[in-house]
Amino acid sequence: MAMTPHTVIPDEHYTSTGLSHRKLLMWIFLGSECLFFGSLIATHMVNRGKAALLHGESPACLLDIPITSTSTFVLLMSSVMMVLAVSSAERGKLGSMRFWLFMTALLGSGFLLFQVYEFNLFVDEGLTIGTNLFGSTFFTLTGFHGTHVTIGVIWLLSILAISFIRPDMVKNPLNVDIAGLYWHFVDIVWIVIFTVVYLVGRLGVECAGA
Amino acid sequence: MATASIAKRGMFARPIAPTGLWSWITTIDHKRIGALYGVTAFILFLIGGVEALLMRLQLSQAEAGVVTPEAFNQLFTMHGTTMIFLVIMPMGAAFFNFMIPLMIGARDVAFPRLNAFSYWTFLFGAILLNASFFTGSAPDVGWFAYAPLNGPGFSDTGVDYWILGLQVLGVASLAAAFNFIVTIINLRAPGMSMMKLPVFVWMTLVVSFLIILAFPVITVAITLLLFDRQFGTEFFNSAAGASPLVWQHLFWAFGHPEVYILILPAMGIVSEVLPVFSKKPLFGYTTVVLAGIIIGFMGWGVWAHHMFVTGLGPVANSAFAISTMFIAVPTGIKIFNWLGTLWGGSIRFTTSMLFSIGFILLFTIGGISGVMHSVVPSDAQQSDTYFIVAHLHYVLFGGALMGIFSGIYYWWPKMTGRMLNETLGKLHFWLWFLGMNITFFPMHFLGLDGMPRRVYTYSEGMGWDFWNAFATVGVFVLGLGLLVFLQNVWHSRKNGEAAGNDPWDARTLEWSIPSPPPHYNFAQIPHVYERDDFWHKKYAEGADGRPVRTVQGAAPSSEEHGHGHNIHMPTPSYYPILLSAGLTLIAGGLVSHISVSVIGGILALFALYSWVFEPPTAPETQTAGPAGHARDKRRGGGKR
Ligand code: HEM
Ligand SMILES: [Cu+2]
Repeated sequence: MAMTPHTVIPDEHYTSTGLSHRKLLMWIFLGSECLFFGSLIATHMVNRGKAALLHGESPACLLDIPITSTSTFVLLMSSVMMVLAVSSAERGKLGSMRFWLFMTALLGSGFLLFQVYEFNLFVDEGLTIGTNLFGSTFFTLTGFHGTHVTIGVIWLLSILAISFIRPDMVKNPLNVDIAGLYWHFVDIVWIVIFTVVYLVGRLGVECAGA
Repeated sequence: MATASIAKRGMFARPIAPTGLWSWITTIDHKRIGALYGVTAFILFLIGGVEALLMRLQLSQAEAGVVTPEAFNQLFTMHGTTMIFLVIMPMGAAFFNFMIPLMIGARDVAFPRLNAFSYWTFLFGAILLNASFFTGSAPDVGWFAYAPLNGPGFSDTGVDYWILGLQVLGVASLAAAFNFIVTIINLRAPGMSMMKLPVFVWMTLVVSFLIILAFPVITVAITLLLFDRQFGTEFFNSAAGASPLVWQHLFWAFGHPEVYILILPAMGIVSEVLPVFSKKPLFGYTTVVLAGIIIGFMGWGVWAHHMFVTGLGPVANSAFAISTMFIAVPTGIKIFNWLGTLWGGSIRFTTSMLFSIGFILLFTIGGISGVMHSVVPSDAQQSDTYFIVAHLHYVLFGGALMGIFSGIYYWWPKMTGRMLNETLGKLHFWLWFLGMNITFFPMHFLGLDGMPRRVYTYSEGMGWDFWNAFATVGVFVLGLGLLVFLQNVWHSRKNGEAAGNDPWDARTLEWSIPSPPPHYNFAQIPHVYERDDFWHKKYAEGADGRPVRTVQGAAPSSEEHGHGHNIHMPTPSYYPILLSAGLTLIAGGLVSHISVSVIGGILALFALYSWVFEPPTAPETQTAGPAGHARDKRRGGGKR
C-alpha cells in the first residue's frame, strides 16, 4: 500500500523482523491480556462453589444457557464480519470495508445488549455484585469482558468514522488488521468464559425449576 | 529539530522548541525521557531513604518515641512500596530508555510518544501514591497488603491511594514494557541477531516480558480489592466464605516475578561492566543469557514460598521448596560466569567496577539467605523476623541498587559528556559498602534472636538493643555516601573532565557515538557483524591471542558531524502528558470526588483521539532531502 509522504510513519520503514511495530505491539498486548483474564477466571473458579445460596438454590441456576448460546453465536458471527472487513481493507475496497466494519460493530453491540439484559435479569432476581461470591466474581469477570467488547465497538466505529473524515488514514490496511486481532481475541476469551462460567458452571447443579 | 518553525496542526501549534521547560514536558526523545526517569526516581529514593531513616531512628533504642506506632506502619509500607515501585523499577527504566536504542543501533524506541506517556504516568502515579500522606492516612498495611487487613473495616483510605497509585504505576510499567519488547525485537541494527545483543539488552527483554505477564495479575488483585472496599464485593471476605489466601496467591504470583524484575536489570548492568573493566569478553555469554531467560521462566513457579507459614500443606510446601532451591541454580551459574570474566583479566578498579564487584558479593549473601528460606522448617522460624529484612535488603540494596549505581558510574560519561570524579566515586562506594553491611548484617542476628519485622518498638532486656543501635549507625554512613555522590554529580556538572566518545575503551555500540549522543543517535545506522562489534572494530587478535589495537579503529568515526540535518525524528507532542494526566485524574477522582474522574475521562479521551490524529512528524519539520529516505530504503525499507 503506497502512502503519501505526509502519512509516512518513520517507525515502519525498517524492522528487524519485517513485522510492523504496531502489529507486534498488539500481539504482545494480547499476551498480557491473557494473564488478566486468566486471573479473573481463576478467581471465579476458586470462589464459585463457595457462594451463599440464593432463594435456596445455587446462584448458578440463574444462568440461562440457551440465551447465552445465542449471544455467543452473535459474537462469533461478528468475528466472521471482521475477517471480511480485514480482507476488504487489504484489497483496498473502502466501501465494503466500511460495510463489514459496521456489521461487526452491530453484532458486537447485539452481544452487549444481551449482556445488559442478562445483568438486569439477575439484579431483578436479587443477585448483585455484592450479594455473594458468585455475584462478585460473575459480574466482575463478565463485566470486564463486556468492557472490552465496548472498547472494541468504539474502536471499530472510530475507524469507520475516520474512513469518512480522513480516508488517507485508513488506506493502510494495518489499522483494520490490528483492530481485528483485538476483536478476535475478545471473542476467544468469551468462548473460554462461556465454557467455564456457563457450561461447566451449570454442570451437575440441581435447580428446582430445571 | 533543525527548523524552529512552528507547525500548525489541529488545535495546538506543534511543540518543537529544542530547549526550555516545554521542550522537556513535550519531549519524546528517549534520552531525555531516560534522564527524567532517572532524576525522578532519585528524588523518590531520597524520600524512601528519609522514611527508612525515621524507622531506624525509632528502632535505634528500646521504647524510643520518635514516631507513633501508626506512623511507623505507614513508614514501612510507604518505604517498601516506594523503593520497589518508585525507585528500583524506574531506575531500571531510566537505563532502558537511555541505553537500549543506543546499544542496538537505533534512532529511537519503537513508540516514542508511548514512551513519554509511560514516564508521565509513572510520575503522576508516584504523586498520587504519596498524596496519601497529605490526607493524614498513608497506607499502613505493608507493601504486600495482606487480606483481610487491606479490606474495608480494617484499613483507612490510605489503602485506596495505594491501590489507585499502583494501578496507575502499572499502566506506566506495562506501556514501557510493550515498547521495549517491540524496540528490541524490531529495531536492532542490520546484522545484529538476537545472540549478538548485549546482555543488558537481553535482560531488559526478559524483564519486559516479566512485566507484561506479571502486572496484569496484580492489576486484577488490586481491582478486586478496590471493588471489595468500594462496591461491597466479597472477594477476600472470609465471613462470606472467601479465602483471604486468594489475595496472597494473586499477590505473590505477581510479587515473585517482580523481584526478578528488580534484579535482572542490575544483573544486565554487571554483565556489561565486568567485561569492559577486565578487558575480556563476557565469559559464557550464551549461558548468561540462557540463565536469565530460565530465571524469568522459573520466577513463575515459586511464588508460594512466600506462603509456607499459611498452611498450604506438606505437598504444596515441598513442591515450592524444591522449585525455589532450583532457581538458585541459574543464579549461581551467572555468578560463576561473572567470576570467570574477572579471572585472568587485566582488571581496572574503577568506581563502576567496584560497585559491580560489590554487587556480586552482597547479592551472593542475599542469595544464600534466600536459599535458607526455601527450607520450610527454617522459613517457619525466620518468616516475618528481621532475618527476612536482612535478606531482602541484601538482595535489593546490595544487589539491585548497587548494580544500578554501577550503571550510573559506567554510563554517566555517555549520558552527560562529562566524567565523574573517581576519588569521590570510590569514597562513595566504600561508604555504601560499609554502611550497607553495618546496617543490614546485624539484622540476621536480630532475626535469629526472634525480633519480629514490622514492630515499631521492643522492650529493653530482649537483648536486641546493641545490634539495633549498631544498625542505625550504618544509616548515617549510607547517608554520608549519598552526600559524596551528590557532591560528585554537582562537581561533574561544571568541572567534570570531558568524556569523549569512548572513555572506558568499551565494547558496545553506544560508545561509538559522541557523548552526549546527538538527538538522532547515529548519523549512519551501523551494520553489525559480530558480538561486541565495536570492540572488534578497535581490536584485532594478536599472535598471543591478546587483543591488539588496530589503526583504523583508533581513528574517531568520520561521520559524527554535519549529518544530522537529513534525519527526521518524530516531533514532540503534548498528548502523552495529557493522556497520563487524564488517566491519573480518573483514578484520583475515585478517592476524592467523582467529578474529578469525569474531567479526567474527558481529558483522556480528548488526548487519545488527538494522539491518533497527530502525525508522528510535523510536516514542516520534514526537511528531509532524498538522503534520509534513500538510506532507510536501502535498509530494506517499505516492509511491514
Ligand atoms: C537506606 C537504606 C535502607 C534502610 C535503612 C532501610 C530500612 C528498612 C526498615 C527498617 C524496614 C522495616 C522492616 C520492618 O519493620 O519490617 C524496611 C523495610 C523494607 N525495605 Fe528498606 N531500607 C533501606 C533501603 C531499601 C531499599 C534500597 C529497598 C529496595 C530496593 C528497600 C526495600 C524494603 C522493603 C521491600 C521493605 C519491606 C516493607 C514492608 O514490610 O512492607 N529498602 N527497610
Ligand atoms: Cu519469592
